[in-house]
Order: sequence, then C-alpha cells, then structure tokens
Amino acid sequence: MRVERVVLRTLFYLFITAAAIAALLPFLWMVSTSLKAREAIFSIPIRWIPREPSIESYKAIFTLANIDFLRAFLNSIQVAILLTLLPLLTSAMAAFAFAKIEFKGKKLMFSSILLTMMIPGTITMIPNFITLKTLGLLNTYTALVLPALCNSMGIFLMRQNFIKIHDEYIEAAVMDGSSLYRIFLTIILPLAKPVLFTMGLFNFMGAWNNFLWPLIILTNRKKWTLQLGLSNLGSNFYNYQHYQMAGAIISIIPIVIVYLISQRYVEQGLSTGGIKA
Amino acid sequence: MYIGGTRQKRIALIVFLAPAIFSLVLFYILPIASSLVLSLLEYDPLRPASDIKFVGLKNFIEYFKYQDMREQYLHVLYYLVLYIPLVLVTSTMEAVMLNRAFKAKTLYKVLLYLPVITSWVAVALIWRWLLHGEYGIINIFLRKFGIQGPSWLHNKLWAMPGVVMAAVWKDTGYYALIILAALKGIEHSYYEAARIDGASAFKQFRYVTLPLVSPTIFLLLVINVIAGFQVFESIYVMTEGGPAGATRVPVEQVYRNAFTYYKMGYASAIAWVLGIVIIIATIIQFRMEKLWVSYES
Repeated sequence: MRVERVVLRTLFYLFITAAAIAALLPFLWMVSTSLKAREAIFSIPIRWIPREPSIESYKAIFTLANIDFLRAFLNSIQVAILLTLLPLLTSAMAAFAFAKIEFKGKKLMFSSILLTMMIPGTITMIPNFITLKTLGLLNTYTALVLPALCNSMGIFLMRQNFIKIHDEYIEAAVMDGSSLYRIFLTIILPLAKPVLFTMGLFNFMGAWNNFLWPLIILTNRKKWTLQLGLSNLGSNFYNYQHYQMAGAIISIIPIVIVYLISQRYVEQGLSTGGIKA
Repeated sequence: MYIGGTRQKRIALIVFLAPAIFSLVLFYILPIASSLVLSLLEYDPLRPASDIKFVGLKNFIEYFKYQDMREQYLHVLYYLVLYIPLVLVTSTMEAVMLNRAFKAKTLYKVLLYLPVITSWVAVALIWRWLLHGEYGIINIFLRKFGIQGPSWLHNKLWAMPGVVMAAVWKDTGYYALIILAALKGIEHSYYEAARIDGASAFKQFRYVTLPLVSPTIFLLLVINVIAGFQVFESIYVMTEGGPAGATRVPVEQVYRNAFTYYKMGYASAIAWVLGIVIIIATIIQFRMEKLWVSYES
C-alpha cells in the first residue's frame, strides 16, 4: 500500500511537470526566437538563450512597408472595445425583456435565438457578406458589430441571471413611476455586475482573437486587425520566424494581461456556461 | 412578471428587443433561406446582377461528381480521428490531476490556460516554427533519439497530424477545466465506498470517475465533432490547404471558392452539404449515447 502511494505520487508529479513543460515550452521558444538575429534562428545546436539578444525583430515589424502593425494593433483595440460593449448592451437589453416582461411571441423569439447557436457559421457567412456588401458596409467595423448584436449565449446566460432578481424591486420602482429604461439602468445592470463582467471578458477575448469574419469583411489593409496583420506577416515573411514570433508575442500580451487580471471570472464563466473564447 | 399595457411601455419593449431581433432576423434566419437559394445559382459578386444564373442542382452535382467532396471529407475525418481521442484523453488526464490538491495549482491552471486564450493565428505561427523540418524544435528533439522527423507541414501524410498537435496543445486546457467542473460534482462517498471495497486508484478511475463524467465527455464529444467538421483557422494559417491539397477541408474550401474565386453559388453548396453532414453526425452520436454514457438515476 505504501509503495503504491509513493509510486503514484511520483507519477503524479512527473505528469504535471511534463504537462506544464509541454504547455510552456512553445511560448518560451517563441520568446527566444523573437530575440534572435536572422542568422541565429537557423543555428544547430539550438540555443534557448540567444547569444546576442536583440529587439531588432520588434523594431522591424513596426516598420514594414506593406503591413502597418501599429495601426493594426490600434484597430484591434478599437474593434475589441466595440465588440465587447455593444453586444453586451444589446444582449442585456434583450435578456431583460425575456426575463422580466410578458409579451406575445416571447417563447418563439427566445427559442429562435437559442436555435441560432446550432446554425453553422459557414452557412450564414456568404449571405451575410452579400447583405453587408449591398449595404455598403464592407471594410467597416459596423459590419463586424451588426451580426454580433444577437449574441445567443450572452442573452441566454444573462436571462438566467436576471430571472433571479426579485420582482419586488422592479414593482416598487414601477410604483414610484420609474420607466423601464430607468429600471434597467439603475436596478438590473448594477445587480448583474458579475455576469456582465464575465460576459464582457469572453466577448473581449473572442473579439481580440476573431479571424475568419474580419478576414472576409476587412479587405482594406488600413482596416486590418492585428490577427489579419499577423496572418499576413506569416505568409509574406515565411522564413522570417523571428518576425513572426515577435508579432505573435505582441498579439498575445494584451489578452494575457486581461486574463491574468480576471482569471477568477474566466473559470466561473467556464463552469457556468462552457463559453468558448 | 407582467409589465405592459401602456403605449409607453410597449415602445420600451420594442427598444429593448429591437437590436438583438434585428440582428437575429437579418444575419441568422434570413441567411438560411438565402444560402439555400444561392446554392442553386451561379453567382459572382464582382459581375453585374444580370449575370446571375439559375443552375438548379448543378453546384451540388459538380461537388459530388469530382474528387472535391470525397477528398475534403477524407481529410476532415483524418483530422477528427486523430484530434478527438487525443484531446479527450489529454484533457481528462489534466482534469484528474487538477482535481487533486498540490502546490502552485493556480499557477499551473493559468499555464494550462495560456494556449486557450492565444489566438489561432499566433498558435499556428508558433507551431509552424516548432514543426519546421530542419530547424523545428520537434525534429531536433527527435534527432536526439536517432529519428529523422518528417518535414511535417510540407509532407502530404504528416501535415494533418502536425495541425492536430497544435490543436491538441491549444484546446486541452479548455476542455480540462470543463471536465474538472464535472469531477468536482462527484460526491466523495462514492470514492470512500470504492476504497472500502479495496478498489485501486486505477479501478476507482475506471469504475467511479469515468462513468460519472461520461455525460460531460459525451457533450464535449458532440461539440468537438461539430467544431471539428468546421476546422478552418489552423488549416488556413498552417498549411493553406496544402501541401498539394492534402489538408483541404470543407470550410477552407467554402472560403476559397467564395472569396478567392468568387464562386459563391458553388461555395454555398459546399456549406449546405457540410451543414447536413454535421446534423447527421450529431444525430448518430445521440443515437449511440445510450451505449456508453451513464446518467445517475
């Protein structure tokens, strides 16, 4: 029995160490490569710590002729903010109606929203492109925002949350002559801060990493987000791995910061809804 | 609760619902119909509307007739067969580990979750470099054991396993945390009973843990099959469908046909076939659920 315990403990620590290394090693290699000069990235045996660390590749990617990386970075921040806040607001508004107001067709509308989760994005992608093209919205961030205004997962989770808010609060406010807008802004939203924060966080991560839809909508280089710039860096500088790794790091840093600050909420979100960033 | 009646309140209701419902109708419900119509047309968005032609089932027939469809689904099955068992095993193992107390567990969780929050584009670039035939770390490592690794992403047979390795690395942490939540829900009394009966750690896992998390694993399986059939970003950045078309998959081909060749009718047909395949695959999985998933009664 004792022997078995010792063996198991050893195996356990071996395993988690191996898994931690497997998770971390690619990142370390990315950092290492990004700090090397061009000749040094193709050297064998490999060096984990560059002989002459340099930040040349970081400087280089911000001064490329055909990819404006700084602009892409700023665009991404703008897009991420828009795609975090606007869907959050519209989902909260819809969730409030579904949770606290009775009206005709409510069931139908709510189940239609849930059903959208089942429609593969591949099917809606082409018609949506044509619609937005017809509306003259290609190469605008509006085209990224509009389809996101119906965020079924967000509406569902927030509705579950709003339902728990006691009706008395709302009834009392109605008695006082508060409008529904006022109730929404001063009672519902403040009470729902944790769920709003979790949803916002997932919205942000999704927006920051979003690739396929921006790839279709934003064909103008000036409008590119960071992911598009990075993907282009990967194909135009195929054998400049130090550039690619520097670009990857820059794209990862903001999301890692956001994640580290709010790690607790991420786990909460995962256990309640299994939402994917 | 009931709030309603007055005109003012009806207007408020409309204001609350309008943005989401507008988006729902325009970008989710109508496209289902218009995509079906599109799949029956020859449509190039760069040409005048008068060039739009109704071609009936020609797009579908073309897709079935030539090698395209068979090839794409063989590739996507190759992906699924490698990816799903691997990712479910690694994430279940991680979850079981995380369910025990040990030092620096929070740090470990953060570490495990880093690949999940990293964008696919960044992950694809990192793994393209790790899988480099000559200077990639993986092959350098293999060489130490006297194994000459393939030049992964440039090799028709090994490109897909390369993509799968990146995907397993990226997704394990995500599924591990979901399985962990299920593990935490298992009552301790089950394990105590098993221990009294003298069950070894392995037997406890096999006869207590596994059956009790099987509903969660089933759910992950269904989600993974649906997502796996739609694999795109990893392929697009890592291999662009190559080498020599060896990793062409349905969504990547929808994208190419629609937005590179502007054959939007043909692309819509591919998308519809994919949608139907996914529905069938999901139904089959639910049919087979009884065989291996146990629910507490």
